[in-house]
Amino acid sequence: MQRFIEAIEIILSIYLVISQRRQMGTPPELIIEAGRTEKHYWKDIWRYRELFYFLAWRDILVRYKQTVIGIAWALIRPFLTMVVFTVVFGNLAKLPSEGAPYPILVFSAMLPWQFFANSLSEASNSLITNANLISKVYFPRLVVPTSAVVVSFVDFMISGMILLGLMAWYDFVPSWRIVTLPGFIVIAFLASMGSGLWLCSLNVQYRDFRYIVPFIVQFGLYISPVGFSSSIVPEKWRLLYSMNPMVGVIDGFRWAILGGESQMFLPGFLLSMFLVVIIFITGIQYFRKMERTFADVI
Amino acid sequence: MSDAVIRVENLGKKYIIGHQQDAQRYIALRDVIANGAKGLVQRFQKSNFHNTKSEEFWALKDVSFEIKQGERVGIIGRNGAGKSTLLKILSRITEPTTGRIGIKGRVASLLEVGTGFHPELTGRENIFLNGAILGMSKAEIHRNFDEIVAFAEVEKFLDTPVKRYSSGMYVRLAFSVAAHLEPEILIVDEVLAVGDSQFQKKCLGKMENVAKEGRTVLFVSHNMGVIQTLCSRVILLHAGEVLLDDFTEKGVNTYLKNMESSASQDLLHRKERRGKREIQLAKIEISSGEDSEALATGRPARFLFHVTGKLPGLACVFTLYNQLGQPIANFNSSISSAHDAQNSTMENRVLCEIDELPLLPGQYRLNAMLMGNGEIQDHVEAAAIFDVEPGEMRGRPVMNENSYSTVCIGHRWVMPV
Repeated sequence: MQRFIEAIEIILSIYLVISQRRQMGTPPELIIEAGRTEKHYWKDIWRYRELFYFLAWRDILVRYKQTVIGIAWALIRPFLTMVVFTVVFGNLAKLPSEGAPYPILVFSAMLPWQFFANSLSEASNSLITNANLISKVYFPRLVVPTSAVVVSFVDFMISGMILLGLMAWYDFVPSWRIVTLPGFIVIAFLASMGSGLWLCSLNVQYRDFRYIVPFIVQFGLYISPVGFSSSIVPEKWRLLYSMNPMVGVIDGFRWAILGGESQMFLPGFLLSMFLVVIIFITGIQYFRKMERTFADVI
Repeated sequence: MSDAVIRVENLGKKYIIGHQQDAQRYIALRDVIANGAKGLVQRFQKSNFHNTKSEEFWALKDVSFEIKQGERVGIIGRNGAGKSTLLKILSRITEPTTGRIGIKGRVASLLEVGTGFHPELTGRENIFLNGAILGMSKAEIHRNFDEIVAFAEVEKFLDTPVKRYSSGMYVRLAFSVAAHLEPEILIVDEVLAVGDSQFQKKCLGKMENVAKEGRTVLFVSHNMGVIQTLCSRVILLHAGEVLLDDFTEKGVNTYLKNMESSASQDLLHRKERRGKREIQLAKIEISSGEDSEALATGRPARFLFHVTGKLPGLACVFTLYNQLGQPIANFNSSISSAHDAQNSTMENRVLCEIDELPLLPGQYRLNAMLMGNGEIQDHVEAAAIFDVEPGEMRGRPVMNENSYSTVCIGHRWVMPV
């Protein structure tokens, strides 16, 4: 008992010493009220940018701990999927390849798709797996799913190396359009982020989404033009097909990477982009609305 | 008042608690859809009386207080009195339903030691991660890094994953990070019993010449001894309301009296209980042997628990607390001994016998819990309050009030002639 009290006294005194070391001026008053969306929210996110960085860093570090081949997993999975798709759609079904080698056609779609799919699964679970943080510490909750998306983005960059390897193997030189790729990467990011935010806030409340997300990811791989070019979709269905926002993203990637014959279906692309922006904005809004109750519900 | 660093006005927090047969931890989408459909049908039939089995529960009601710069305030109250909710609102983890709080200064709250520690990461990595979670900047962590490591005494294991740490090392490291936060207002939940004596001695040596002033501390504990030592003022919460806001001594006394008065009730009438409640504690009889006289130090003691029924895997667990709220001893029937017995005349009763009661004279309180079917069935705090009279331990008289000890151990001396 005596020791216990001593320990606490010591700890309190440490705080005193440290805080006396840095005397500050009168700090601004923080107001906590029901339903008050703090004006500082975005400032707070900026203040917590390091936490954001650390969470992403933690997930990357932890991901391949105690694995033998480590980071190679980020390469093997998309590579093998690419091989299977090339064989099935390119060699067996003999679908057209927009003038580029089929593996490159597949992989230029595999990149954004894998990014999207990983972000979705990671982000939708991110709040649940960090439940202990959510219920014990304050920070802008937006940090958690965002860092999950960023982790998937790192994987995206790593598997980008495979694309470079394929290009070298097939002596494929991209056209000037490749410089527009960063723009499409941003769009892919917005799409992943928006859907990720929606699903993670829903998942906190309705754990059904734990089962729904794998379905989305599984079906999406076939519904989106990953293994084939979207040009094989009949013209009259193209606009409807572009209701899937990933269609626009993937078409954009192909347009930028493949160059040459690759055509963009502009109305469809614009529709996809419009949906991406809508999903992103509503995703943030819904997340912000639900965020206040996360600690109570989770 | 201008020097109030924390101002709480009419704070309230409402929770909606559902009463479902199988209490699910989270809401399934299916239920929401089903309820929505039901609601639609009901509206259609114009019998719009909602029969949802949910109930409002105010964890905090109309709580107001002010805390000035440099005060050390203890927050006390029974489980479920709203202490944790208050801390969570103050540390912005959850939002209040009503009311307003104004806080001046940087707040650090320690509701748990080692939040966000990841077992797979090394000590070094966890220092940075945990620091960032608690709100330190990278520069701050870098600046304090050596101090944190030295303080936790884990230099040798910095690059070992913390899952291989001993629990002592783990807690020391976690604590050391927390101790290097630089807040103006500190909010602490009772999580702080850490470290071996060597670690604490080291702290003492380091902190010998430290002045204690200027810091605002909010401290939650059940341990009245700690509260009395650390705090100048206490806020006593009861059922979500401020019952008393006064000097420590008065608050602590009120709290203890409050505990007492609830103990004299019939147990089945008690509402503040946790567990599945398939069976419940009905009554506890405490006596010294057959003639049911009062308990005394060194004499036998019998704790007889009346239960409303029997379940497979029935077990009874209880803990004795002294007047300061310190736990003294824990008794658990699920840990068996060859001296235990079974008796068909017991019916729905469980008996715990002590041959020589090693408690010092004074008042004690007892928290009891029933287990059955592998789950907690019933948990009642302050289920009984009893007095222990002065007595003898193996023939040696035990004096009244002895403030330097908490138990009395039977012993003998061998002296030179």
